[in-house]
Amino acid sequence: MIEIEALIKRFGPVAAVAGIDLKVAKGEVLGFLGPNGAGKSTTMKMVTGFLAPTSGRVTVCGHDIETDTIAAQRTIGYLPEGAPAYGDMTPRQFLTFIGRVRGYSGPRLNDKLAAAIFNTDLEPVLDQPIDTLSKGFRRRVGLAQALLHDPPVLILDEPTDGLDPNQKHSVRRLIKAMAPEKAIVVSTHLLEEVEAICTRAVIIDRGRVVADGTPAQLLARSRHHNAVTLTLPARDADAIAAKLKALPSVAGVEQNENGDGTVRLTAFPKGGALPVEDVSRLAQTGNLKISELYAERGRLDEVFYAITTHDTARGRETSA
Amino acid sequence: MSQVWPIFRREFATYFATPLAYVFIVIFLFAMGAFTFYIGNFYANGVADLSVFFGYHPWLYLFLVPAIAMRLWAEERRTGTMELLLTLPVPLWATVVSKFLAAWAFTGIALALTFPIWLTVNYLGSPDNGVILASYIGSFLMAGGYLAIGAAISAMTSNQVIAFVVSVVVCFLFTVSGAPIVLDFFQGWAPLVLVNTVASFSFLTHFSAITAGVIDIRDVIYFFTLIALFLCVNIVVIDLKRVAR
Ligand SMILES: Nc1ncnc2c1ncn2[C@@H]1O[C@H](COP(=O)(O)OP(=O)(O)OP(=O)(O)O)[C@@H](O)[C@H]1O
Ligand SMILES: [Mg+2]
Repeated sequence: MIEIEALIKRFGPVAAVAGIDLKVAKGEVLGFLGPNGAGKSTTMKMVTGFLAPTSGRVTVCGHDIETDTIAAQRTIGYLPEGAPAYGDMTPRQFLTFIGRVRGYSGPRLNDKLAAAIFNTDLEPVLDQPIDTLSKGFRRRVGLAQALLHDPPVLILDEPTDGLDPNQKHSVRRLIKAMAPEKAIVVSTHLLEEVEAICTRAVIIDRGRVVADGTPAQLLARSRHHNAVTLTLPARDADAIAAKLKALPSVAGVEQNENGDGTVRLTAFPKGGALPVEDVSRLAQTGNLKISELYAERGRLDEVFYAITTHDTARGRETSA
Repeated sequence: MSQVWPIFRREFATYFATPLAYVFIVIFLFAMGAFTFYIGNFYANGVADLSVFFGYHPWLYLFLVPAIAMRLWAEERRTGTMELLLTLPVPLWATVVSKFLAAWAFTGIALALTFPIWLTVNYLGSPDNGVILASYIGSFLMAGGYLAIGAAISAMTSNQVIAFVVSVVVCFLFTVSGAPIVLDFFQGWAPLVLVNTVASFSFLTHFSAITAGVIDIRDVIYFFTLIALFLCVNIVVIDLKRVAR
């Protein structure tokens, strides 16, 4: 439903977006990741028609955003970065305004409003000026505005930023529930969010796509993918570490003090091996006092770091 | 376009949701009154007409209208609502026109609230109410001209102060190009065509023609053309910012 081809945006000499190609299909929830300044928001601004690309093409539901702007924009619900809204209006007035501009009136408008308000739990603040709302409620007003017309395409720039854990959970549930019927792009800095709701994760860095896959595929690139961690008394640590290292499925072992007399040992897999079986067998036969043993799926933050830390920065860090 | 009305309504309501409208209207009425009665010596003139009152309009608008226009786009840009507004499925021209019309309607209300002065002259004597009506229409058209200039300039920046200052300067040029001082300066040496061209750009020239009591279609066309021109500039400015930023 969204097609981005060779999209480039330059601000003066800087290429904020330096050639992005993406296709997002119905049913996908695409997590848009990347360090600050990577070009996530700029890309979204071009997809929604707020900025014109320097070159490249965007089509939304078959409509070119530059030549068939209005038709394309009708199909998009957009939460801009920072959730801007008219501060002197109340959420009710603001959403009514958005609904009217989108062509609704009478009972149909009321239905749309009721649904959007219900989905974003705005009821308690409906008649309070938006300027006086807390950050989380402001964000929810922005979200309600984007969802109002039940669009086939949703572009949400950091929708859960500033929400409390309960609200984060409820927004994620909402996005998941809508997902089968829509194409959704969500930018976020919360990596757990990607695992929780996204069917696909795209990492961009300095205006380019540097990784694109399911969260599981990204996790597989983590050093901790399938690694096994066990917690045991410090006095046993060295002996066990040696035994772990000797296992055919284990490439290396890392030791971390917990500070309470116990030690965490992490066994990293060799190649594509699954050390969890070997390790748990060892744990059982050795009659060890192991308080904890678990296999990891991998760590997205590690993958994110590895992909987006540039060679120069990495070089500085290793030499230090 | 069906979207003109909701945008117009929101914009118009915004004036009254903040103290802005009331402050503006009070200052507007106070300034009009002060100029007319004290500086213009309204009573001492002994003539029952409002020419003194209308004579001050261009000079008051010069400062008051840019004050209304400065926030029109600069504010949207600063708070980020511009992004919201321009990604709604509304043609840009409709958004520009709606916002302009809302601001124009607001100045219209401020202008209409000067009616006590009209009651006063009718109480004191028997003025030519046709001339007064024509003058009100002319004043309203002129306010639209100042407003269109201010709106286009407001679209160029996110800083309201800059928008205000630049608007005042541009509006000033459009006003003084018809003032005697400027015309005298050209009179002696420049060809008549040039003098007339400079004068024809001025709000003063066309406004004073209307306040004389005749609504000449050419004066009306002048104001509407000027408004249309600056609304086009407004659209182009926003479009250019979309491309370059
Ligand atoms: N209007 C502008 N003028 C000049 N440079 C800009 C403009 N907007 C964005 N940039 C630059 O483009 C780059 C990408 O910015 P963008 O806002 O897209 O990043 P982002 O990925 O959304 O970052 P964040 O995670 O911090 O939101 C940045 O280097 C930014 O400074
Ligand atoms: Mg951003």
